[in-house]
Amino acid sequence: MEIYDLTAHELADLLRRGEMTSVEIAGAIFRRIHDVDGDVQAYVTITEDQAMETARKIDGERLQGRDLPYLAGVPAGLKDVLCTRGIRTTCGSRMLEHFVPPYDATVVAKLSASGAVFTGKLNMDEFAMGSSTENSAFFPTRNPWDLGCVPGGSSGGPAAAVAAGEAPYALGTDTGGSIRQPASLCGIVGLKPTYGLVSRYGLVAFASSLDQVGPMTKDVRDCALVLNLIAGHDPLDSTSAPVPVPDYTSFLTGEIRGLRVGVPREFFGDGLDAGVSAVVKDSLAKLAELGAIVEECSFSHAEYALPCYYLIAPAEASSNLARYDGVHYGYRAMPPDGGEYDLMEMYMNTRSQGFGAEVKRRIMLGTYALSSGYYDAYYLKALKLRTLIRDDFSRLFEQFDAIASPTSPTPPFRLGEKSNDPLSMYLSDVYTIPVNLAGIPGISVPCGFTDGLPVGLQLMGPVFSEGTLLRIAYAFEQHTGHHRARAPLGCSGSGESGARQAETAGRQGRRDAP
Amino acid sequence: MNDGCEVVIGLEVHVELHTRTKAFCSCPNEFGSEPNTNVCPVCMGLPGVLPVLNQAVLESAIRTGLAFNCEIASFSKFDRKNYYYPDLPKNYQVSQYDLPLCRQGYLDVEMDGATRRIGITRVHMEEDAGKLVHGPVGSGYSLVDTNRCGVPLLEIVSEPDLRTPEEARAYLEKLKAILEYIDVSDCKMEEGSLRCDANISIRPAGSTVLNPKSEVKNMNSFRAVQHALAAEAERLCAILEEGDQFILETRAWDEVAGVTVQMRIKEEASDYRYFPDPDLVPLVISPDLVAQVRSALPELPSARRQRFMADYGLPAYDAGVLTGSRPLADFYEACVGASHDSKTVSNWVMGEFLRLLKAHNLEVEQARLTPSHLVEMLQLIDRGDISGKIAKAVFEEMFISGSRPREIVEARGLAQISDAGALSAVVQQVLDENPVVVEDYRKGKEKAMAFLVGQVMKATRGQANPQLVNKLIRERC
Repeated sequence: MEIYDLTAHELADLLRRGEMTSVEIAGAIFRRIHDVDGDVQAYVTITEDQAMETARKIDGERLQGRDLPYLAGVPAGLKDVLCTRGIRTTCGSRMLEHFVPPYDATVVAKLSASGAVFTGKLNMDEFAMGSSTENSAFFPTRNPWDLGCVPGGSSGGPAAAVAAGEAPYALGTDTGGSIRQPASLCGIVGLKPTYGLVSRYGLVAFASSLDQVGPMTKDVRDCALVLNLIAGHDPLDSTSAPVPVPDYTSFLTGEIRGLRVGVPREFFGDGLDAGVSAVVKDSLAKLAELGAIVEECSFSHAEYALPCYYLIAPAEASSNLARYDGVHYGYRAMPPDGGEYDLMEMYMNTRSQGFGAEVKRRIMLGTYALSSGYYDAYYLKALKLRTLIRDDFSRLFEQFDAIASPTSPTPPFRLGEKSNDPLSMYLSDVYTIPVNLAGIPGISVPCGFTDGLPVGLQLMGPVFSEGTLLRIAYAFEQHTGHHRARAPLGCSGSGESGARQAETAGRQGRRDAP
Repeated sequence: MNDGCEVVIGLEVHVELHTRTKAFCSCPNEFGSEPNTNVCPVCMGLPGVLPVLNQAVLESAIRTGLAFNCEIASFSKFDRKNYYYPDLPKNYQVSQYDLPLCRQGYLDVEMDGATRRIGITRVHMEEDAGKLVHGPVGSGYSLVDTNRCGVPLLEIVSEPDLRTPEEARAYLEKLKAILEYIDVSDCKMEEGSLRCDANISIRPAGSTVLNPKSEVKNMNSFRAVQHALAAEAERLCAILEEGDQFILETRAWDEVAGVTVQMRIKEEASDYRYFPDPDLVPLVISPDLVAQVRSALPELPSARRQRFMADYGLPAYDAGVLTGSRPLADFYEACVGASHDSKTVSNWVMGEFLRLLKAHNLEVEQARLTPSHLVEMLQLIDRGDISGKIAKAVFEEMFISGSRPREIVEARGLAQISDAGALSAVVQQVLDENPVVVEDYRKGKEKAMAFLVGQVMKATRGQANPQLVNKLIRERC
């Protein structure tokens, strides 16, 4: 196996045993990036110099016999929505193409303190709005399992990077499925923690009441290890929960006998790809085989989750994204003739030019939903539905330890396939959105393939049940071994290479950190 | 103004709380710093930042609500008020919309000896915006100072219970006095830490309809509020008399011209798209916290006024003036504490002290003259070391220089001459020089006596003890 194929814990063990240095590992990862990122296009900004410096520092400390955190010296990628001090943070948007934050997100600071070696900033749908990473203002990222397919989104960059060996693990963010759906499409593990378990400070907000940061990893053990590092109360985030954080690896027993797993029939209805359905049903049988009690159940408000989400998330976004107006930072429109705009013209041109189509669509949806005269009918109604959805889960969790479903209704789809049909794109998140609305945790774990493309199994649990979800996911993974499969980086389509080369060339200028 | 018009006024007051740090971040809450220095990513609204409520803001707001006799909500929340303006980095203001922290209070205002109870609709918390500094005319640019962004504000909204511009001013003065008493704000209109907008409408006397109101802005002093409201009432009254239509509008007070000027017509009312701020958790206010804040409330102006009358035997007028501001009342009490005649102290504080403060445009706490200065000076009078007349000069000098009264008296040789031996020569000289007057006095003209005493005082530059001079003249005539 190549270095870039190893998991974070395997790399950590090599470092601990002194069999490799952090500089060697980082070197291997950057070689991999240089070899394949022209095809995958996962990185918006590559921070090789800083990474090598950190790696050297960690190696030095290790040489001095310092007791280092377990994952110290292991490289990690960051979704480009997490603020990094001195390193531009674009959110996949023209609006923030040259924005360099003066501060680190709490999760970034925590990983830094644990000795993470940051490889760079990973591509995403603009402001995390999308399910394919095609809404990136810069370029689309490709699925390492089939370069003609999307990696999912909005954390498509992190998912593709991990799947392609361009980062041992990465942090993503999930507002309606943005960690789990790309994890599913790229055959990796992705966890959306309980709302409030991980600090949002420094995560550029899309929808504040739904956003969470989470690990995107090659296996469940890595997922538990990374969650250990980022979970916990943050005084800088009022919505961060003051709860004790367990050692999540202690749940990785491989043993799930007697755990009750509910399977909502509503998650297996119209719109579910037959291949995905078959793989997921096999997986449920596997759970039963391992001793779990798997039973069908009902999630009565499932059909309302998507409309509910598409009122609440855009409403919050319309306010969160109001600050991008060209006044204080970021993109500012200038008149083409060298003249001057008045304030209103500057606002309107900046926002018209700086935002892409999907972001503008959602800002308009959200502005409308909050408008006087419509608030009660839309936003308030959506809040009520959100409560009903939360109640549905609460009822189910009286009966079950976890709920299982497909993560995504389809396997990876082809680039461009859904980009002109927002509604069908929105349906990609139909199984993941309820989890965000309820604020509960959800994990996607690789569970097999359909036509050679990865399928993910989603497990959902009550608030702060990450331990249980990791326990089930780990047992499943250890008995199925899907996490050991590596993406071929091939292309099933034809005639795409040329176009890809051109895009890659156009990207070089934007790749380096300022 | 026409007697047939009834004026209806409600006031919206914004006060900046003088907490040590801002409302949602730990930047210093200071006025007058270099532009854009009291800032951090949070108050500058950079991408990804989150607000965390300063507990001191909540406690100050509860304190204020209690001082205004409000109900304190057990459940409250913050909302976002969305609008675009370059001094508002997030393009929304964190405020409170439908669940304000404090509701349904009142304020008792004394007007012409009567007490009027003015309802307070609500007191809520919000954050201040920054400031635009416009470049010179024609420069084509404006600068943004974000120091004030995130400074904690309370908005205090009255019911439309005020009926005259004078009453509005009295309300504001009482409101300010209370805010100073409870020590939540500096209340300096010139620094913008207290700002007032007024809503005013007019109707035929006896009517209960509420006509479309004018919102009057740009008033920079309580005096300006009174004058602007008087001018606007006049204008509205004329509209009523002409039978014209009232329109809902926002008007600015032009201090120089003495008129209000239309700013905008409110027909296309702004839609602020208020919604609960998802970055801040709802506030659950425990009865314990309210009780704790209540027990720490200081004595408020009306209670103190009553006590001044009862404990110090002061007339209602004196007690009212002295308790009108907390620093003045504290000053007074520090003086009487040293067991001087309470009315004498009151006369000095209300008379010379207030006169000099006003003449030098100073606040009580800025004065160099302290209670111990006044106490020491009163002791000099009591001991006969200086006369009341000399004391006025000493007081003024203490006020200006901050020197001790004894030093002033010694340095300027102002001590009263109470030694008969020292005075007898002067008295004899005056009697010798005015034989006609002496004769008049002997014939029973009391006025002649006053003249002779005056001559002795003149000759001693006012330092002679007048009683002693009187006695000496009688003895020798």
